Amino acid sequence: MKLRANLVIGGALFALAILVGLLAPWLAHTDPIMDANLMNAEEAPSWTWWFGTDGQGRDIYSRVVYGARVSLTVGIVSQLINSVIGVALGLSAGYWGGWWDDVVNALTNLMLAIPSLIFALAIMAVLGPGLTSLLIALGLTNWSFTCRIARASALSLRSQGYVQAATVLGYGDMRIMITQLLPNMLGPIVVIGTLGMGSAVLSEAALSFLGLGVRPPFPSWGSMLSEARDQITTAPWLSVFPGLAIFLTVLGLNLLGDGLRDILDPQSRSRRT
Amino acid sequence: MTGSPLIEVEDLRIDLNDGSRKVPAVESVSFRIDRGETFGLVGESGCGKSITALALIGLLRPPLSIGGGVIRFEGREIQHLSAAKQRALRGNRIAMIFQEPMTALNPVSPVGRQIAEMFVLHKGKSWREANQLAVDALASVRVPAPERRVKDYPHQLSGGMRQRVMIAIALACGPDLLIADEPTTALDVTVQAEIIELMRNLCAERRTAILMISHDLGLVANVCRRVAVMYAGRIVEERGSADIFRSPSHPYTQGLVASLPRLGSRAALGRTRLKEIAGVVPAIASFPDGCRFNPRCAQATDICRTTAPGTDLLGAGGLVRCHHHA
Ligand SMILES: Nc1ncnc2c1ncn2[C@@H]1O[C@H](COP(=O)(O)OP(=O)(O)OP(=O)(O)O)[C@@H](O)[C@H]1O
Ligand code: SF4
Ligand SMILES: [Mg+2]
Repeated sequence: MKLRANLVIGGALFALAILVGLLAPWLAHTDPIMDANLMNAEEAPSWTWWFGTDGQGRDIYSRVVYGARVSLTVGIVSQLINSVIGVALGLSAGYWGGWWDDVVNALTNLMLAIPSLIFALAIMAVLGPGLTSLLIALGLTNWSFTCRIARASALSLRSQGYVQAATVLGYGDMRIMITQLLPNMLGPIVVIGTLGMGSAVLSEAALSFLGLGVRPPFPSWGSMLSEARDQITTAPWLSVFPGLAIFLTVLGLNLLGDGLRDILDPQSRSRRT
Repeated sequence: MTGSPLIEVEDLRIDLNDGSRKVPAVESVSFRIDRGETFGLVGESGCGKSITALALIGLLRPPLSIGGGVIRFEGREIQHLSAAKQRALRGNRIAMIFQEPMTALNPVSPVGRQIAEMFVLHKGKSWREANQLAVDALASVRVPAPERRVKDYPHQLSGGMRQRVMIAIALACGPDLLIADEPTTALDVTVQAEIIELMRNLCAERRTAILMISHDLGLVANVCRRVAVMYAGRIVEERGSADIFRSPSHPYTQGLVASLPRLGSRAALGRTRLKEIAGVVPAIASFPDGCRFNPRCAQATDICRTTAPGTDLLGAGGLVRCHHHA
């Protein structure tokens, strides 16, 4: 099979972001919080300060490197929560049908009707800012697509011969859902999850930009953008580099999601050829 | 419980609920299968064979439901058991294999795991023990190199091999009854014969009774000691396999037997067309009054069009449902 450009580039960008986050203590030049030094405030990018410095003399490069940790933690953990909720609700609704299906459908429609960022904002307003609140707020508000896909897959899979065979062999409902249905719908769920991670990274940036995310002085790409907005004309590097980091990570996740869809979903494969 | 049959169906009715009313899709069906016995259920497509089997294992789903009658397993009524108790029977004491070996296995799970799951589910084995038992089970259905084959996915196996795996799964827990619903129609003829032979031998060794369902009277009579012929939701004749060929009693059975190619006959040599029974099976909602076979029956008289025939006893434990049977 021919390796697809979107899969390779997307995978590489995402892997790079993860590596940067993991290796932050070794990659960073200075401590992103403590090493403030007003002597070298607002330096433009140079060989000493790769991405320049901010108004307190902190190294932007080191802050962007550490910021990867927050963005990726939020992206991965909150999407995992979403995937688990979406799969649990959608799979059981599609398999069982009946009143439970109606309840799940109503919930899903509600979630789709309200923009998830607004919903997350409301939750953040209750919980207060911080990483844990971010994970909860973004983890509870973006499962509707996963739920839809899981429900549709379960509906079509439950009439498959092997699902009926399992029923005849005495499998209980839980066992059927976990061993027969779930593994057979994993492809699209992973695709949606990858794309969802990208949007969670964006949402983290947006919430942090609004001051609801990770609290300063701890660096996150969103909060860095937020702090940089007054100096966008005088010190553009303050916003360009965290912005670029967000852009590349989200781009990578979207390309990866597309690439996975191409190899996992035979229908889209035949559509394209 | 010696003496009592393994499974006993008495006056079973299966209703089809079409929204406004209930119409019986299967009616007055009674039969019994003894431990280790082979019993065949034969009839044209749509006559109610599969739904009768589903009723036995408690898997009729709306719009179908049991409308009356009794199903006893080892003398105990099972049609009102709780869902959990019925589930404990399924796959464990009563197993079933289907006509579609291509789709009856989970495509994303190695076949060994699918066999092993039966031991985990019904026998409380650990996965380690179950995996070992799965190799033995695969060996027992004569799959070569079973210790390597257990790791294969279904798509890596031929149709015949998959049906062997299905048999291994069905017989894993040593069931007392194996229901085989058209187990070989999807396979080619030589493989078909092998699979049937394998199934028959394994069940004979383990004293597992077989309920074999098919529209092929020749095949069923070959495998089973006794055969019941079903027409439009009713059993019209039940006989020993040899008797049903030698002296079919019901006009419908006579038609079926006449339509079988006989070895060396002109039909088997392809020189004449097989004698077919004219007409089609009526749909459930439009079953005719009286004997349901009357629109297609050459011997039909007035009483056939008004009154459903009762069952008459024949010699050697045979039964027939016809006003003018031979
Ligand atoms: N889920 C269902 N809903 C409505 N009608 C059904 C359903 N399942 C079966 N039937 C009807 O019940 C009747 C008996 O069906 P059944 O599947 O038992 O036939 P069969 O004898 O097994 O035929 P075949 O040889 O084609 O498998 C048929 O008329 C069929 O249309
Ligand atoms: S009862 Fe009458 S119609 Fe029915 S099979 Fe016998 S002869 Fe034919
Ligand atoms: Mg059938």
